[in-house]
Amino acid sequence: MDYGTAQGIITIIVMLTFVGIFAWAYSSRRQKQFDEAANLIFSDEEIKNKDSGEHN
Amino acid sequence: MMNHSQPTGADYNYTVVRQFALTTVLWGIIGMTVGVLIAAQLIWPALNFETPWLTFSRLRPLHTNAVIFAFGTSALFATSYYIVQRTCQTRLFAPKLAAFTFWGWQAIILSAVITLPLGLTSSKEYAELEWPIDILITIVWVAYAVVFFGTIVKRKTSHIYVANWFFGAFIITVAVLHIVNSMAVPVSMWKSYSLYSGAVDAMVQWWYGHNAVGFLLTAGFLGMMYYFVPKQAGRPVYSYRLSIVHFWALIALYIWAGPHHLHYTALPDWTQSLGMVMSLILFAPSWGGMINGIMTLSGAWHKLRTDPVLRFLVVSLSFYGMSTFEGPMMAIKTVNALSHYTDWTVGHVHSGALGWVAMVSIGSLYHLIPALYGHGRMYSNNLVNVHFWLATIGTVLYIVSMWISGVMQGLMWRAVNSDGTLTYSFVESLEASYPFYFVRFVGGLFFVAGMLLMAYNVYKTVKAPKDSLTAVADATPA
Repeated sequence: MDYGTAQGIITIIVMLTFVGIFAWAYSSRRQKQFDEAANLIFSDEEIKNKDSGEHN
Repeated sequence: MMNHSQPTGADYNYTVVRQFALTTVLWGIIGMTVGVLIAAQLIWPALNFETPWLTFSRLRPLHTNAVIFAFGTSALFATSYYIVQRTCQTRLFAPKLAAFTFWGWQAIILSAVITLPLGLTSSKEYAELEWPIDILITIVWVAYAVVFFGTIVKRKTSHIYVANWFFGAFIITVAVLHIVNSMAVPVSMWKSYSLYSGAVDAMVQWWYGHNAVGFLLTAGFLGMMYYFVPKQAGRPVYSYRLSIVHFWALIALYIWAGPHHLHYTALPDWTQSLGMVMSLILFAPSWGGMINGIMTLSGAWHKLRTDPVLRFLVVSLSFYGMSTFEGPMMAIKTVNALSHYTDWTVGHVHSGALGWVAMVSIGSLYHLIPALYGHGRMYSNNLVNVHFWLATIGTVLYIVSMWISGVMQGLMWRAVNSDGTLTYSFVESLEASYPFYFVRFVGGLFFVAGMLLMAYNVYKTVKAPKDSLTAVADATPA
């Protein structure tokens, strides 16, 4: 395999990886998990200040 | 409410966070004041007082090292140690090692403050420090990585929050960049020669230089943004999915963009074109992050009216969007033919450095410092507001004057008479720049004045009696 073909194959692999990441991130199955992740920054206050009635 | 009803620091290790947060303010004032001094020297050269260690050539690297590695990196240490604990819901791993990173980093800064004015330099831009200091940087950085990733390993949450991904990428990449670019053969205690030479040396240097921008000044501060913007706005980030996609796109692309610093040099043409194309594509993930941050406020725009801290954060994102549009444009070879070596470059750097890096750090500190000392807000929200306007006006004065000066220089340098001779001498372009140098100097004064107000406000907040500074319900949510 010559150098140019190898480069072409690497380019396709990198492109498919990116499409894979995109598909993984935007799959609807992960919606709930990501909502929880996005709210992670507020959840440690609920642990510490249970009495303050805090939400987000 | 913040956790002001609780004894802060009981659950998390805030000692090292406090130390880094306070030194951020101190080094910010020192680094930016040196910047204002050298800006003044460009107008009034007598201000070097005929003293070798006060000349522009020695103070300029002191300014860049102080603002990037003392101010900016201290802010990154403080916020990363805070965020990794709070989002992993666990204390810092290896607290003694964390304390070592603080004192080690201060020792590095002090050695820079001593050696750079003495003229001891490896002459690599943004990597001027000589080899003994480079080794100390490596040791402290590895300790930083152990503390940070150790904390992630012992986390109590199942997910690793996106801010930590950005901080993690920043820590690993800066280690690689620093070690590769600083490879040198020492000939004495304070003199070494780079392992690389010629075009390879230039390429390694700007692979380092541009990724210091990409990973230290961008990825690290995006980590800051992904915690403090949603936190201050009291709502989760606009799109968590976008944050994942733009993270991988950003770190995969930045690493290729370095050659745009070497257009029309001895670097092979294909490398220059590759660097240009990769810089253009980089626009997409950069704006992905900017949009994600700003859109976090959608539905809560009214908070910008009442909350100067949030205003700092959101305006920093606007400057980030602006400079990451300007950057790819300047990476186009034909645009670069006009802009390179002119003040336009200096303006571009400062739209990122003052507008994005400094303002997102300042906004984050105004959220962080009350939280660290068990208060609901800063001592004076009015002073935060005045600081916001000083910083914004200072940045705008700086970048607009450098745009005009830079484009003017580029046009004057390329102007030729009909017989092919140059229309202007270099000194004529320099004389034409003087008014803009003065405006830039004034802009810098505005910015430093804001930092001094911040120092006073921080001092009063730290010294305030317990429970005296309660959160304003509207202005400080969550």
